[in-house]
Amino acid sequence: MSSGRIQFLLGRLLKSILVLLAVVVLNFTILRLAPGDPALILAGEQGAADAAFVDQIRKDFGLDRSVPEQLAVYIKSLATFDLGLSFRERRPIATIIGERLPATLILTLTAFALSLLIGIPLGALAARRPHGMVDVALTTVSTAFFAMPLFWTGLLAIIFFSVWLNWLPSYGMMTVGAPLSGLAAFLDLVKHLALPASTLALFYISIYLRITRAAVLDVMGSDYVRTARAIGLPPTRIWREHILRNALLPVITFASLQAGHLIGGSIVIETVFAWPGIGRLAFDALLQRDYNLLLSVFFVSSVVVMAFNFLADALYVLVDPRIEAGASA
Amino acid sequence: MFLAHALARLSSALAVLCCLTSLALAQKSGGTLNLIVQPEPQTINLGINRLGPTSFVGSKIYEGLITFTPKLEPKPALAESWSISPDGLTYTFNLRKGVTWHDGKPFTSADALFSFQKFLPAVFFRSKLVLSEAESITAPDEHTIVFKLKAPFPGFMQIFEATGGTIMPAHLYEGVTDFRNAPANQQFIGTGPFKVGEWRRGSFVRLVKNDNYWDKGKPYLKEIYFHIIPDANSRSIAFETGKVDVLRAGDVENFDISRLASEPGVELTEAGWEFLQPIGYLHLNNRRKPFSDVRARQAVAHAIDRKFIIETIFGGFGREINGPFYSSKPYRDASAETKYEFDVEKAKKLLDEAGLKPGPGGIRAEVELVPLPYGEMWQRQAEYVREALGAVGIKANIASVDVAGWSQRLTTFNYDIGHNFLYTFGDASIGINQTYLSVKGDNTGTTGGNVHGYSNAEVDDILVKAAHENDPETRAKLYSRFQQIVTKELPLLWTHEMVFPTVFRKKVRNLTLTGLGTNENFADVWIDQ
Repeated sequence: MSSGRIQFLLGRLLKSILVLLAVVVLNFTILRLAPGDPALILAGEQGAADAAFVDQIRKDFGLDRSVPEQLAVYIKSLATFDLGLSFRERRPIATIIGERLPATLILTLTAFALSLLIGIPLGALAARRPHGMVDVALTTVSTAFFAMPLFWTGLLAIIFFSVWLNWLPSYGMMTVGAPLSGLAAFLDLVKHLALPASTLALFYISIYLRITRAAVLDVMGSDYVRTARAIGLPPTRIWREHILRNALLPVITFASLQAGHLIGGSIVIETVFAWPGIGRLAFDALLQRDYNLLLSVFFVSSVVVMAFNFLADALYVLVDPRIEAGASA
Repeated sequence: MFLAHALARLSSALAVLCCLTSLALAQKSGGTLNLIVQPEPQTINLGINRLGPTSFVGSKIYEGLITFTPKLEPKPALAESWSISPDGLTYTFNLRKGVTWHDGKPFTSADALFSFQKFLPAVFFRSKLVLSEAESITAPDEHTIVFKLKAPFPGFMQIFEATGGTIMPAHLYEGVTDFRNAPANQQFIGTGPFKVGEWRRGSFVRLVKNDNYWDKGKPYLKEIYFHIIPDANSRSIAFETGKVDVLRAGDVENFDISRLASEPGVELTEAGWEFLQPIGYLHLNNRRKPFSDVRARQAVAHAIDRKFIIETIFGGFGREINGPFYSSKPYRDASAETKYEFDVEKAKKLLDEAGLKPGPGGIRAEVELVPLPYGEMWQRQAEYVREALGAVGIKANIASVDVAGWSQRLTTFNYDIGHNFLYTFGDASIGINQTYLSVKGDNTGTTGGNVHGYSNAEVDDILVKAAHENDPETRAKLYSRFQQIVTKELPLLWTHEMVFPTVFRKKVRNLTLTGLGTNENFADVWIDQ
């Protein structure tokens, strides 16, 4: 790799770190601006307290220091990759997030894969004959799923598949009280995953379908496709090599954006289906003003977003030589 | 011959009886109970957290010295017996022998001493407050603990049940001073009928039978699952599809309850809240206009149809209340209470007298209403109150808050009307005092305190005196006077005695045997299979 490219990447890395720092400071400040004092909530839950008692709670949680001081302590511990303890659970945050991460990844990755695998082909299918029967049907259904709130789609799915048909479990990640292992445990997981993952996927399928459809239509009208047709290339080859390949660019851009958010989970889906993931953890932490835990969830997800961005940049550098020129200009 | 025959018949009858009893016992034993805990508790250590979810799970793991019957009579738990000296100053508890902690160590008076002298007062303000009534706490031998009080305090017994006087294992805290942050808090070692099997965060808590439980033959259940299901609709579906056996108050909204309770094989009970005595409150900010004027407060009482709140908003689950004392609370005196019937004209007249005349648009005053962010029913109640007050010319604006914001608004007097509900506990001195005793300064500390900023020197005097009065007759007089004053001055409005229904499958037996209801230890619960 040329020195120009390396320089460009180093610049990007530095930028990412600066942005991350800004995100940390911003999150910290915004959270402290929200009304509500964790010490008061905790005291309130006990039903009675006096000022000295509330002060003691503040001291126990390090809330007795000034906000800039708390921020400094926080950044210092982050720099050593120490996420600290949760206010409420008094357990290491790294452990708490670690417990929830697999559930979130299983859910979001499955939904991600489903939405790509189904959304893109359907979009292409719709675009083959614009305003034809297939297109109208697909666009209408996808618009409906896009417009329906996730919790509503989820509840309908539960009523239909769990209550009426009794095919699939309505909540959780595993059959509670059934000690399964091996293949049986895996199949049990798949059964539990089916509803939440497909509900979440339905939403994204609609998006991929529409993006793909629009992009394909756009490319179909371009000069080089017309030329390809004019010189008599076989239609399947035009589809594969000229239309789809070029139409996928905006789809990939959107997919990389979505990938960055995979780790955040989905609060709505995780709530409706009692899926024990990160989204719900963050939501509960917010309600209880568990600052440390909430900030850490934000931190971890921003690190992932930044990492994906950096990865994308690195890929561009490898693929597109113009970037180097841009960097040295 | 005849005698021999009769004896033979008798012995075979006895044998059958024996078989039947052991069969009955065998039928009672075993089985899994599926419950919902919601929201997921932050800890299941009852010694460091007394919130609803923690109490529900933790009460099966940890125990107190006593528990309470539905009539609030004390009943033995870790204490086999007790005595109170006639002067009301000495409380002696004889502790049960042969009890072991879940880690096998023996339970002795050292544990009780540690809990009441060190642990509980450091963690809970209410414990600290009540235990400061004791001059000394001593353990004369391994199985006795004695509390000597500075002055009589008849409410003292109330703090010894599991959720108020959790007995903690002293041997796990040797050398520890910061109890709230102690690593031992994560071990969940109690003396209760159930031990922690597994806590899969976000999914379930599994408790398993403690085979060494002191009450031989109990518990009957093999295990208990507490399912964690964050959405109310999903919880209701989990019950309908048979995944869980019990729904507690708050698991589903009240308007869903009658439907679920009418399903075959399902039963509903309102029992089990005798000890906690929950009351719905409408705090009126006594420190700020317009509710600094008693007539404006009385007008609110007349303007609001509290029957409507019970029947329509809380789905019929609630009882009328006209004063600070729950109907089953000792020393309640209905004859001392001033009642405020729903009467819009009276409300308007009182507002006129308070100088709040209708201005443009008929508006007499504009106030800020802070709803309780605990679910849909509370939001509906706030909306109803807004409409009802609008009808008498008080324009109420509903603030948008979450629990943290609600708590801050109330504890800093930054509101006009605030919704709340509180447990008022058995004895007035434990559950009532802090809501009516005067506070100085800006911050009362918690939403359970005097957040309405009420101040009356006579009330202060009565409450402190009554708390330390050993003679029941004198106490009754004092509390009657208290009820008379506060129902006239209305520092706040009592909207209703809350009724928390529990819906369960009939096969679950002995679910709410004591005054603690589902916060009891479940040693007696069994499943009819």
